[in-house]
Amino acid sequence: MSYAIEAEGLVKRFGDTVALNGVDLAVPAGKVLGVLGPNGAGKTTAVRVLATLLRADEGWARVAGYDVVSQATAVRGIIGLTGQYASVDEDLSGTENLVLIGKLLGLPKAAAKARAAELLAKFELSDAAGRSVKTYSGGMRRRADLAASLVGRPQVLYLDEPTTGLDPHSRNEVWATVRGLVDEGVTVLLTTQYLEEADQLADLITVIDHGKVIAAGTPYELKRRTGGQSLQVRPTVAADTPAIAAILRDLTGIDPLVNADAGLLSTPVDNPMLLSAVVRRLDEAGITADEIGLRLPSLDDVFLTLTGRTTPSAPVAEGSLA
Amino acid sequence: MTTAIAPTTHISPGSALRHGFTLAGRAVTKVRKNPESLLDVTLQPIIFLLLFVYLFGGAIQGSTDAYLQVLLPGLMVQNIAFASLGTGMALNTDITKGVFDRFRSMPIARSAPLIGAVLGDVVRFVVTLTVLFTVAVIMGFRVQTDPGRFLIAIALLIAFGLCLCWVSVFVGMLVKSPQAVPGTLVAFIFPLTFGSNVFVPSDSLPGWLQVWVDINPVTHLANAARGLLLGGDWVGDAGWAFLWGIGIAAVFFPLALRAYRKRVG
Repeated sequence: MSYAIEAEGLVKRFGDTVALNGVDLAVPAGKVLGVLGPNGAGKTTAVRVLATLLRADEGWARVAGYDVVSQATAVRGIIGLTGQYASVDEDLSGTENLVLIGKLLGLPKAAAKARAAELLAKFELSDAAGRSVKTYSGGMRRRADLAASLVGRPQVLYLDEPTTGLDPHSRNEVWATVRGLVDEGVTVLLTTQYLEEADQLADLITVIDHGKVIAAGTPYELKRRTGGQSLQVRPTVAADTPAIAAILRDLTGIDPLVNADAGLLSTPVDNPMLLSAVVRRLDEAGITADEIGLRLPSLDDVFLTLTGRTTPSAPVAEGSLA
Repeated sequence: MTTAIAPTTHISPGSALRHGFTLAGRAVTKVRKNPESLLDVTLQPIIFLLLFVYLFGGAIQGSTDAYLQVLLPGLMVQNIAFASLGTGMALNTDITKGVFDRFRSMPIARSAPLIGAVLGDVVRFVVTLTVLFTVAVIMGFRVQTDPGRFLIAIALLIAFGLCLCWVSVFVGMLVKSPQAVPGTLVAFIFPLTFGSNVFVPSDSLPGWLQVWVDINPVTHLANAARGLLLGGDWVGDAGWAFLWGIGIAAVFFPLALRAYRKRVG
C-alpha cells in the first residue's frame, strides 16, 4: 500500500517536556486519519513536525515519499495546512489573502485572482470577499483559513482542530468540505478532540495521549477492541426505571448503569441472546420501553477506556518531565 | 508513491527576492487599508515639528524660522529611527497571529518574510519623510541646495534606517508580543536621538554629554542632512554616519538572523 504520510518514532522535547514520545503514523493515500487526544496530548506538535514547521528530535517522517527535513521544500509544495497556528492575515480581505498566497506559489496575477474567486465561491465567502478577515464570524474565518490552504491544490491536507469553537452549522459545512476533498483524492490528517468528528470523517483513527499512540485502527476496530456490546433500555415511563434495573440485574448479575438525564439504562453484555430474554421479562412485567437494543460502544466509550488505561503510564510521563 | 507534478525542491535567490517583493506588496496593501497604522510615523513627526518649532524655537535659536531650518534635517533622522520599529513589530505580529506559519508551510524561501518586512519598512520611511517634509515646507522650510543633494540626503536617511531595522528585527524576535517592540526599543532610540544635536547645539551641553553627542551617529547624520539640504560641508559627517550604519548592521544583522532562525525553526 502506498502511504501519503508515514512517520516512525517521532520524539520532540521542549525543554523538560516531552511533547512526542515515539509516535508512529501511517496514512494511505486518499484516506482520512483522525488523530484523537485530549488537550496537550501532542496532536499539534505532530502536525507541526509533519508540516515541516518543527524538526523532530528523533524519528523520521515522509510525506508523499519526501522526507520532512531533508526534502522540506518538496513537502511544502504538496501540503496544505489549516489550524490554530496557520492563519490568514486579518488585516487583508479574503480575496487579498488568497491572491497573495497564489502569487507566492508562483501563479500569474490573473490566475491567482481566478483561483481566489473560485475558492471563495466554493466556501460561500464571495459576498465577504472584499471585507477584512477581522470582520468575519468564527465560521467564516475558519472557511477562509481552509480556502487559503487549498490555493495550491495540496495532495495532503492537515487540519488541526478545524471545528473547535464552531457552531453545529459551520461544523457541518467544514465536514462537507473535507468529504468533498477526499472524493477528489486528497489525503487528510485531522486532529480533533471531538469523537463524533473522528467517527464522521475518519477512515482510520490514532489515539494519542502523553505524546504516545495508545490505539490505532479503523473506528470499527477501536470500538470492537474496547470490549463487548452494551445493552440499552430507554423506559417509556421514568417511574419504571427501578423495575427495569431489577430485571437487568437479575439477568446479567450486575447493576446496570442508570443515566437519569438521558433516561437510559445500559449494561455490558457478552451474550447477544440476552436481548430476547430482556424483551420477554419486560413484556411479562407489563413494562413498555421506547428503545431496546444492542450497540457497539461509542468512540466516547473507547476514548475513556483507553485514556483510563493510560493511568499506569503516568509515571513514564512524569519521569520524562523530571 | 508517484506524484503528478514534480515538486519544487530548490528555491533560487531570484525566487526568494520575488517572494520578498510579493510580501512587501502585502505590507503596502495593509498600509493602504489601515492608514491609522501609520499614525506613529505621520502624526508624531508633525506634533514634534510643531511643538519644537513654536514652543522652543525662539528660546533655542532666537527665531522659529531659523530653528525650523536647523531642526528639520535632524527631525528626519529621528523619524527614520522611530519608523524602523515597524519591522520588528510587523514580524512579531505575523508570528504571534499564525500568519508566519502559513508562509512557512509553503514552498517559499525562508528569508522571504524577512525581506518582505524590511522592504515594507522602506515604505514607512518614505511615508514619514514625505509627511514631515511637506508640513515643514508649509511652515516655511526651504531646501537651499539642489534636487541632486536633496536625493542624496533621502538616500542616506533610508540607508541608515535599513541598518537600524536589524536592531528592530532582533528585538522583534526576542519579545513575546508586538507591543513589547516599541517599549524595548525606545530605550535604545531615545538616547540616540535626544542625545544628539538634533534639537539643541552640542556646545550648549555639559562636557560629558558633548562627548557622546559628538560621536553619536544621529548627530553625524543630522549634520550631513543639514549640509545636503541647507548647504555646507556634508561629506565627512555622511562618512561617519555611513560607518556607524555599517557597524550597527554588522552587529545586528547576524544577531537578527540567528534569532529569526531560532524563532521560526
